[in-house]
Amino acid sequence: MLTVSIYRYNPEIDQEPYMQDFEFDAQGKDLMVLDVLEKLKVEDPTLVFRRSCREGVCGSDGVNISGKNGLACITPISDAVRGNKLVIRPLPGLPVIRDLVIDMAQFYAQYEKIQPYMINDSAPPKIERLQSPEERSKLDGLYECILCACCSTACPSFWWNPEKFIGPSGLLQAYRFLADSRDTGTEERLSNLDDPFSVFRCHGIMNCVQVCPKGLNPTKAIGHIRKMLISSPA
Amino acid sequence: MANLRTMSFDAVIVGGGGSGMRAALQLAQSGYNTAVITKVFPTRSHTVSAQGGITCAIASDDPDDQWQWHMYDTIKGSDYIGDQEAIEYMCQTGPEAVFELEHMGLPFSRTKEGRIYQRPFGGQSKDYGAGGQAARTCAAADRTGHALLHTLYQGNLKNKTVFLTEWFAVDIVQNEDKAVVGVVAINIETGESVYVKSKATVFATGGAGRIYASTTNAHICTGDGIGMALRAGFPVQDIEMWQFHPTGIHGAGTLVTEGCRGEGGYLINKDGERFMERYAPNAKDLAGRDVVARSMVLEILEGRGCGPEGDHVYLKLDHLGEEALNAKLPGILELSRTFAHADPVKVPIPVVPTCHYMMGGIPTNVDGQALTIDREGNDEVIEGLYSCGEAACVSVHGANRLGGNSLLDLVVFGRASGIFIEKKLKEGIDLKEATQDDIDRAMVVLNKINSSTEGENSAKLRGELQTIMQNYFGVFRRGDFMEQGVAKLDELRPRIQNVFLADKSLAFNTARIEALELQNLFETAYATAIAAAGRTESRGAHAREDFQERDDDNWLCHSIYFPGSKEIGKRSVNFSLKTREPFEPKVRTY
Repeated sequence: MLTVSIYRYNPEIDQEPYMQDFEFDAQGKDLMVLDVLEKLKVEDPTLVFRRSCREGVCGSDGVNISGKNGLACITPISDAVRGNKLVIRPLPGLPVIRDLVIDMAQFYAQYEKIQPYMINDSAPPKIERLQSPEERSKLDGLYECILCACCSTACPSFWWNPEKFIGPSGLLQAYRFLADSRDTGTEERLSNLDDPFSVFRCHGIMNCVQVCPKGLNPTKAIGHIRKMLISSPA
Repeated sequence: MANLRTMSFDAVIVGGGGSGMRAALQLAQSGYNTAVITKVFPTRSHTVSAQGGITCAIASDDPDDQWQWHMYDTIKGSDYIGDQEAIEYMCQTGPEAVFELEHMGLPFSRTKEGRIYQRPFGGQSKDYGAGGQAARTCAAADRTGHALLHTLYQGNLKNKTVFLTEWFAVDIVQNEDKAVVGVVAINIETGESVYVKSKATVFATGGAGRIYASTTNAHICTGDGIGMALRAGFPVQDIEMWQFHPTGIHGAGTLVTEGCRGEGGYLINKDGERFMERYAPNAKDLAGRDVVARSMVLEILEGRGCGPEGDHVYLKLDHLGEEALNAKLPGILELSRTFAHADPVKVPIPVVPTCHYMMGGIPTNVDGQALTIDREGNDEVIEGLYSCGEAACVSVHGANRLGGNSLLDLVVFGRASGIFIEKKLKEGIDLKEATQDDIDRAMVVLNKINSSTEGENSAKLRGELQTIMQNYFGVFRRGDFMEQGVAKLDELRPRIQNVFLADKSLAFNTARIEALELQNLFETAYATAIAAAGRTESRGAHAREDFQERDDDNWLCHSIYFPGSKEIGKRSVNFSLKTREPFEPKVRTY
């Protein structure tokens, strides 16, 4: 039997959050953490968490699993159980709505700040805008972000300044557009980021890189943005 | 009844996936006050899981490619019950709709010439089947759905669409003329119910693969639009037609794109034989999905399956080389390593046909207007209600969808619905106000769940439902089995209607949402069962052991399921093309 310890908080009932232990029999299978949550919810329907695709592409089920942020659906219990115990908590640093569900408004607000859409006001051609495979390859490692918030909620700089520091996820997306040969908004984008907080609060701690379930590297993208900011005519 | 708060919009789109966001974008760009009700944050919608691409004759791979060839393939693929007028519209309008996505920033993979990369997919041909395999599926590596969905969300942010995120639509509000004037929806975070009033209500609620125990579909694919339409008394079309994707990962059900076979992968049985050469000598592994799925099941039933139970086959990719796999199918490598514990660079992936796509849905015309059928059997527009994407049956997929056509469908018809509603709004829409009674009627199901004092657990009931559908309405179907299945569903109906919600709390109560989703799953499953038992032939994805041949004399038509009588009727297939003579039904071989 496995002990699954889960963060519980129902704002209508609980004065404060608490950890609840469940005994769970995985029947020798290396289930995903999400499978464990689903099975526990059958027995206790009050347990609340987000989930959708269950294959690591939608980004719904970012949670803190035995101390590390990750997606429940692609984290096997064999990677997460310590001393026969699995500890599941909400992603840290943002307000909790209920149990494992956090309020992501601040995270999305930072995403919206970076103008996460193509800027190109020239009249489009009748077909697609051409882009060479080399130009396109610059977007690899950037466009795959699933907005799960595992990185930003693992970032001490984001914990300190969630209103002012864009955070690793938003900055990765900022660079996704800066790096796109079809985008003409470089100047506007850089001037929006050119303040002491938006980018420069990153201290290269690299928690983001360590936890990204898609294997992306926000720190590297932030480095590129820094370079562009420093070398761009002020 | 207590009065609900009312929110008013020009247009309300229920569903934040590809088709819903494409419709919303169209309307928001034109300055209409547009809201999207979405039960998950938009980029968590199931469109995100689409992998291989969006099929469209943009003439990149082959400069001589023609949309007419794509139209031919789609009609043949549909086993001739796709509406030809709708297929013509989709294939002809497709390139424009795809180029718009590219202009919005969709990061397509590229050819040396800098154009959009296209890969071969099943059922694709040049020159109306005479010119061999075509490569017509536009791809962003094997993450095309993700790239498309994020691009559409970004476009909507730019155009200030209102998102009612993590809101769940409960039921349709109809006025005294039976016109649709919005929905009642729950704000999941607060538990508040709101009347969301609208001049145009678009159901872009996606599929319902979760009616089956084994599916590639996300947890959220629960047929909410189908359930709401049926409860409002509206019919659904061709709902017996469910696509089983040949390559779901054995055990986990997660999708492995057809693009794997497009890039040169192939299926083998336990003897290592490339068995599709026997079933489809020309197209082989790129025959229609229905054909490949059935061939796989036959291999397994005849004892040539793989693994200790002999219950799956293998998809072989290692011969393509690590470099090509990393470049073209990186997501598949990730999925296979995670869910099959198999590294495709070295070993084949264990796969099995898995429920994937609902070809049927709410019948609509090419403008997205939802239809019902009057007493004389004629189409009748349902005022105020529209549908697009997987929830709709326009019908471009007929009895079998071609790979890559779902993304095209949702973009083209999301767009078309938006364009038509825009026109209607300009002309002026004048629908009668809903009365308090009208709104109360949309609260009946929710009120029943909220006041339940006893009954069964919704997750357990859902499990029973999924097992029945899996066992009695799968890849191969038989009349006497299906009768038993329908009887089991009849027994299940009152138990599901009396589901027990023990936790009545308001804040983010997902148990309440799951109890409501269960009602929608059940309605969709029941309609599927009746329509499947009623169609006494084999066509496309609907394969019957007791009626093995296609029966064009009796069934070259849509089935229509009426929720009131719980019976099926027939509706004619559209055979009128604008640009040429229609394609007459032929025997379908690959």
